[in-house]
Amino acid sequence: MGDKAVRRIALIGNPNSGKSSLFNHLTGLNQKIGNFPGVTVDKKKGYCMLDASTKAEIIDLPGTYSIYPNSTDEKIVFDILGDKNSALYPDLVVVVVDASNFKRNLLLFTQIHDLNIPTVLALNMMDLVKKTGLNIDHKKLEEQLCIPVVPIEARKGKGLDALKKALKGQYKTERKPIFNAHSHASEAIESVKKIFSLTEDYRAYQLLQQHRISQGLQENEKNLLSDIAEKHAFKKDELRRTETLERYASINDFIQGVVKESSAILPKRWTQKLDKLFTHKILGYLIFMSILFLIFQSIFAWAEVPMDLIDLGFSTFSAWLGHVLPDGVLTDLLTEGIVPGLGGIIIFIPQIAILFAFISILEESGYMSRVVFLMDKIMRKFGLNGRSVVPLISSVACAIPAIMATRTIDNWKERLITIFVAPFISCSARLPIYTIIIALIIPDEPVLGILNLQGFALMGMYLLGFSAAFISAAVMKVILKTKERSFLVMELPTYKMPRWGNVGITMYEKSKTFVLEAGKIILAIAIILWVLASYGPGDRMKNAHEVMANQFPGLDAVELESKVEAYRLENSYAGIFGKAIEPVITPLGYDWKIGIALITSFAAREVFVGTMATIYSIGGVDDESTIKQRMGAEINPDTGLPRYDFATGFSLLVFYAFAMQCMSTLAIVYRETKGWKWPLLQLGYMSMVAYLSALLVYQLFS
Amino acid sequence: MKTKSVVDLKAGESGIISGFLDDTLSLKLLEMGCLPGQSIKFNFAAPFGDPICVSVAGYNLSLRLDEAVTISIQ
Repeated sequence: MGDKAVRRIALIGNPNSGKSSLFNHLTGLNQKIGNFPGVTVDKKKGYCMLDASTKAEIIDLPGTYSIYPNSTDEKIVFDILGDKNSALYPDLVVVVVDASNFKRNLLLFTQIHDLNIPTVLALNMMDLVKKTGLNIDHKKLEEQLCIPVVPIEARKGKGLDALKKALKGQYKTERKPIFNAHSHASEAIESVKKIFSLTEDYRAYQLLQQHRISQGLQENEKNLLSDIAEKHAFKKDELRRTETLERYASINDFIQGVVKESSAILPKRWTQKLDKLFTHKILGYLIFMSILFLIFQSIFAWAEVPMDLIDLGFSTFSAWLGHVLPDGVLTDLLTEGIVPGLGGIIIFIPQIAILFAFISILEESGYMSRVVFLMDKIMRKFGLNGRSVVPLISSVACAIPAIMATRTIDNWKERLITIFVAPFISCSARLPIYTIIIALIIPDEPVLGILNLQGFALMGMYLLGFSAAFISAAVMKVILKTKERSFLVMELPTYKMPRWGNVGITMYEKSKTFVLEAGKIILAIAIILWVLASYGPGDRMKNAHEVMANQFPGLDAVELESKVEAYRLENSYAGIFGKAIEPVITPLGYDWKIGIALITSFAAREVFVGTMATIYSIGGVDDESTIKQRMGAEINPDTGLPRYDFATGFSLLVFYAFAMQCMSTLAIVYRETKGWKWPLLQLGYMSMVAYLSALLVYQLFS
Repeated sequence: MKTKSVVDLKAGESGIISGFLDDTLSLKLLEMGCLPGQSIKFNFAAPFGDPICVSVAGYNLSLRLDEAVTISIQ
């Protein structure tokens, strides 16, 4: 343990300023994604060695144009920087500035400057600046501002040594404010400074501006600030406008002689050309659809081999353990409960990694904001916002980060609709269910030479989810009323080659989070399930062998053994639960074994395949067949045909496409909507849609 | 004479920002660098004519038509 506290450094900057690239370079794989206390904005935290012995904690704050928040997640910036008692208050702030868009980026810097926190200015994208014929003299800027200015190229990782050196320094903070707040509201500022014992005018001024939305303040403090604002006629919006204009005037002053600006910086020629293509009336949508299609085909095609290997690996491992370990309850728990349960988690990794690779490439390259641009008009027809596209596409991975991402939508109605319909989009947890059932009921045939029929079926499932989401959104648009205005105003960044390092880190981080977070639930349920499936009330489990031997005399040992196993499962606790709900699910084409999976996957749908693995491996681990083979071999005793025929399979697909079946999503909706009303409505509505659709499908196709 | 706004520009045309008609929106636009006196250029519109893409302060910004109409130009 070092005796010196670890220095905490916050990164802040405009969206697209290269802040995330810098964060990734500084922290590498040493990142932790958590929540800011009290709110669910993603908090990215990591550690960085500034030199051989100095460790620093780096926090990545959400990208923002100004200290005044435009959306819910941007509020955190002032909540942390404006409150010296905040648990996350940094020792030093790095303002990352896109030097190729210098003036606009400096606005945020001047605001941070006036809060009097030790600050380092990182001038990013100096390579682009040179290309546009500009010249920024960072030494001169440093003299003007009296704070360290370090040129960097975050994408290439250049200039980081100089930056780390600057991050070690101690800086005095008695700076003359750039914006003279005092001259506009002296009395109000003086009384706030006295009551809250503040030294900086700008902190007092910001409290007057933002107290209504601030998280760190008590209710009585908020009222006090409102009273002061009222007493001294503090005109919030007017002052904010004056502040912005004065700040830009100061920026123009102090960059005189620092920047030699060419007439106007035109959008990069590549960007112009690509925009013509990507936002074209017809081609734009075709390209978007093709990209989605490519993603689904890739998930199916590329993930299949590693997934089959993982599946086979785990079943072999399980069988091997069964052979080498002595017989007993613990061995059974290991080979029938824990190992198949673990396999059921690990098997998702290839798909999740591929999915996040694509999402990260779309975001990194700047294409995602073109999708927002392209879709805004259409989305508004459904009561959504162009910005809803990003959460809806992220829902393909997981509804939880997607629902958190809706914080960029500032209109409450649009945000609520996005939250409500996002879980209809097929998330990655449904993917294994789709994969396994499609493989059972759809033949593996090529279509048009290179494409695959199963891939088409998968795409169909996703389209089904999207349709359900949009139809529900349209219904909610009519039901919900609001007077609040909706804005789009959004930067269209220049296109950039994705940074493969960033893509790799996203893949790694998301897979890791999934395995750890979802893994805990899946594993716990796998163990509980094994217990429930291995034990039952009374003596029926113990007497199974006797009962079967009496009922079927003359069977050979192997056949008798399988009868015994079937009888045991049926009379276990799990079997009893499954049987109990059988009357409700028989019209959907399910038996009590599927019923067990429905119950266990109520908490999290990804448990379905794991449950199947456990149910079908109880007593049967001696052979090395995979889950898919076991499900395929399952016979419906009433018909003598395979259990998973087209009607039952299709009905299950539709059920899982629509059912809510995810406690974590319900929990996050509860947090984001601050109440039980919406999550409960969502649960009821989605379950109803799922049940009725599955019923309809089974009755039509059986 | 009626003041012109950004939506009166044709693709490729530029104008000089002279003021804003919407108080709430103007705070946001100012902070994003749309200042009076700045040149603003209409780049292109999305497939259904809305939203549009403009160049201002050295970068590209997308706006809905009802937002663009609040930016007056000379």
